[in-house]
Amino acid sequence: MTEKKEQLFQDKIDAGLKIEPKDWMPDKYRKHLIRQISQHAHSEIIGMQPEGNWITRAPSLRAKMVLIAKVQDEAGHGLYLYSATETLGITRSELIEQLQTGKAKYSSIFNYPTLSWADMGAIGWLVDGAAIVNQQSLRRTSYGPYSRAMIRICKEESFHQRQGYEIMSKMSNGTPEQQEMAQDSLNRWWWPALMMFGPHDSDSAHTSNAMKWKIKRGTNDDLRQLFVDRTVKQADLIGLEIPDPDLKWNPESKHYDFGEIDWEEFWEVVNGNGFCNKERINNHTNAHTEGNWVREAALAYAEKTQNGDLK
Amino acid sequence: MSEKKIPAWEVFIQPKTGASFQHAGNVHATDKEMALQNARELYTRRQEGTCIWVVKTENIVSSSPEDQASFFDPADDKVYRYPAFFKVSKKAKGL
Repeated sequence: MTEKKEQLFQDKIDAGLKIEPKDWMPDKYRKHLIRQISQHAHSEIIGMQPEGNWITRAPSLRAKMVLIAKVQDEAGHGLYLYSATETLGITRSELIEQLQTGKAKYSSIFNYPTLSWADMGAIGWLVDGAAIVNQQSLRRTSYGPYSRAMIRICKEESFHQRQGYEIMSKMSNGTPEQQEMAQDSLNRWWWPALMMFGPHDSDSAHTSNAMKWKIKRGTNDDLRQLFVDRTVKQADLIGLEIPDPDLKWNPESKHYDFGEIDWEEFWEVVNGNGFCNKERINNHTNAHTEGNWVREAALAYAEKTQNGDLK
Repeated sequence: MSEKKIPAWEVFIQPKTGASFQHAGNVHATDKEMALQNARELYTRRQEGTCIWVVKTENIVSSSPEDQASFFDPADDKVYRYPAFFKVSKKAKGL
């Protein structure tokens, strides 16, 4: 019986149809989705912190308004993705608990500190740029709610990347100090941005089923290459140098060759030893605990006003 | 703990006046007013709508995907519901 169901399920995927919450799906497909989508949601939520760090110190009112809008978007993207995860039969509080206890991961990039205003540029340009490459590919993922969330997110995300690139381009055309800050920021964020795509396909524990089930639509290495190809030209245009001596145009493959990523650093940060791992989770836990009375009060109010009827 | 009791609401947005409402996603909220406000903050930050409906997720009734074939098969053999089924003279205009 299960075998037949699995065959029907795979046929549906192969035919390019979407899987919806009430459809039968293999347990492993459900688990893979919960892991992947929640990790994505947590990344959006934790990703608010490195940028939130600079809201009060934004150099102009315009920059401040834009940054606030961007951080608010990240919150929204986290919520779209939590909604999509909840359709798989897990509750919001379970998801939050998994984040706070470290059972669920989020993108390691957010464990790096934001040291200067130029980092707001580098994050928008590189981190959101890398995320967009990944998210554009995920619009075609086989799970309906995830795909719909991705379509919505992609529409909103492109302003983020332009906002970052604008900051970088202003600074690299500014005073020598500003140029130096922009280059320093690129130097610090370039490699972590490449790590965002995950391990090489040959070393990735999750790639094969994810491709067969069309959860992922591009491999880690392919998506990383796409990002490098796009970004090198953008850096050239504003006079910044990618910090990779091995970076070179390859006329045969028609792609840029680039140096090897420091995977030791990658796994160190994944395993909790990055600069800000503890701080990020502590902030989340504290904000959540401190907000508890608000949730309780709202529930009490709803009960008093006849199960939530508007007055 | 308390999140478990905060219900989910499905959000429907009318993209412009006169258009059909479309499902956008869901929000968590303790009452109708909060559900509307959360839906506005989450789904219409870029003027995506002229009106929002919210309805508690538990109140949505859905057909079952497993019964899809039998549930919809009454419509399978009624080609006469389409205008192309009827042969009329090409000279007859305005049909």
